Amino acid sequence: MTAVAAPAHSHRATAPAVAPNRRRRETTLVFIARHSIAIALSIMFLAPFVFILLTSFMTNDQSLTSNYWPKTWHPENYIEIFHKITLLRYLTNTVIYAGLATIFTILSSVPVAYALAKLRWRGRQATFLVVICMMLLPPQITTVPLYSAWQGFGLTGTLWPLIIPTLFGDAFSIFLLRQFMLTIPDEYLDAARVDGCGEWRTLLKVVWPMARPGIAATALFQFLYAWNDYYGPLLYTSENQSNWTLSLGIASFRTLHAVAWNLVTAATVLAIAPVIIVFFFAQKAFVQGVTLTGVKG
Amino acid sequence: MAPAVVGISAFFVYPLFAAVRFSFYRFSVLSTPEWVGLQNYQVAFDDPQITRAVENTVWLVVVMVPAQVLFGLGTGMLLVAMRRSASVYRTLFYLPALVPPVAAALAFVYILKPGFGPVNAFLKLFGIEGPLWFNDPAWSKPSLTLLALWGIGNTMVIFLAALLDVPVTLHEAAALDGANAWQRFRHVTLPTLSPVIVFTTITGIIATLQYFTQAAVASSVASGQVTAGGNSATNNFGFPQGSTATYPLWIYMQGFPFGHLGYANALAVLLFIVSFAIIAIVLKRAKSFHGES
Repeated sequence: MTAVAAPAHSHRATAPAVAPNRRRRETTLVFIARHSIAIALSIMFLAPFVFILLTSFMTNDQSLTSNYWPKTWHPENYIEIFHKITLLRYLTNTVIYAGLATIFTILSSVPVAYALAKLRWRGRQATFLVVICMMLLPPQITTVPLYSAWQGFGLTGTLWPLIIPTLFGDAFSIFLLRQFMLTIPDEYLDAARVDGCGEWRTLLKVVWPMARPGIAATALFQFLYAWNDYYGPLLYTSENQSNWTLSLGIASFRTLHAVAWNLVTAATVLAIAPVIIVFFFAQKAFVQGVTLTGVKG
Repeated sequence: MAPAVVGISAFFVYPLFAAVRFSFYRFSVLSTPEWVGLQNYQVAFDDPQITRAVENTVWLVVVMVPAQVLFGLGTGMLLVAMRRSASVYRTLFYLPALVPPVAAALAFVYILKPGFGPVNAFLKLFGIEGPLWFNDPAWSKPSLTLLALWGIGNTMVIFLAALLDVPVTLHEAAALDGANAWQRFRHVTLPTLSPVIVFTTITGIIATLQYFTQAAVASSVASGQVTAGGNSATNNFGFPQGSTATYPLWIYMQGFPFGHLGYANALAVLLFIVSFAIIAIVLKRAKSFHGES
């Protein structure tokens, strides 16, 4: 609190010493009020992280008490969860799903986004409207027919029903990339075409480098989507535990294995950590992506 | 373009039509479809469990979505007012939005545990007997709302970007004319923000119509019942007393654990009609969707 109060005082000192300045004092009060609210909110936003982190180091017994500071520290909880469930297997499956889905999505969605943003063709508007509908409609609407179709191919129980569709473009990624490509001035494209570039060359040599921040944001979102996905793996892989992903494994940890909270929270920390680390490395792409989805709407 | 056309037809247009067609049949994973006409729809309209699922989803639309919009706007405004010191707070406020939904639901079931959870222990300091949260049908949806507010980050960032776009000169002019803080908010900030408020509300409603993961995970974990093997983990979806069984969750339950595929398709068609109507409003409003922005 002192760190907050100090600048407030110096702030006040710069106010004219003549006659008590009402407006200044109000600003100081407002300044303190704002910081108090911000600090209170920070504590509320951070508290869940702190509690699950602390609990993940406790003994089985302590995690069932209202004593929140580990009496003895047990980092071996993080090893034990790998023995309790096939966590390494779930992790591998998640990386395969998220990795392939991201690569396939970018390769298939960039050309479509380019065609929607920069080329003129009959049916462009209609196609874009269909993409918007695909993006916004709840996935549960098409679940049953899709499941039946994948069952016909004998692929239920595997992750392929989640990976193969990304070869054909992902609606949200197409939308995001298109919004980004709209910001690229047409003059660059015209210049490339005058120089004799075909559409594919224009896309690869001019649009791709200029759209790189947008592509990075899209790849990041797609990776996180797959990493966090619960509904997809639940639908297609719940019948075959060796193909489960991290989210499915962790969600069923407590109900299937009757483990105490110290291990559940350790598994939770393991699921959160990679995402937070990725965020700190790619913060810029992140914020850009989020604002891009919002402001253009 | 060709693969996308194939993709759209195979993974969207075909299943959409198939959903409509098979909503008139009765079948399970193993049986051959049998034509039953409108029977699935008649059952849906008489099914008390569907009424409850609709009520749950409407509750989330009416309470959770406005709470998210207000909280996102509030935190965004606070950060704009903080100016220089905002960046640390911005990161802190945003962080929970990154947490995978499954992990977030687990974390909240833990901190809201009725007996010895940190939140109820904190309330006890003030002599308040905390509720049963995820274990009480009356408190399970408010608990999910708290979980949603914790992950407000994305909404907040959208408001933040919009608030930074409000011209400073407008505020200064209003202040010079003697407008107080509330009047400046009411007549300068709010009008410039209204498209963003509409946008976040509509996307919030759309997200709520597919609200699944948090409700599913929170209910099955909070039930605390040990179930063995495969799909039976889903037996506790909707716990307690169906109070977290949202409409999309119920489509899944009917289709897969229960195996009523035709009925699930009929429920899906009803969801399609509602969500398509909402999307139509989005498309009408957002001019940039129509191409040239």
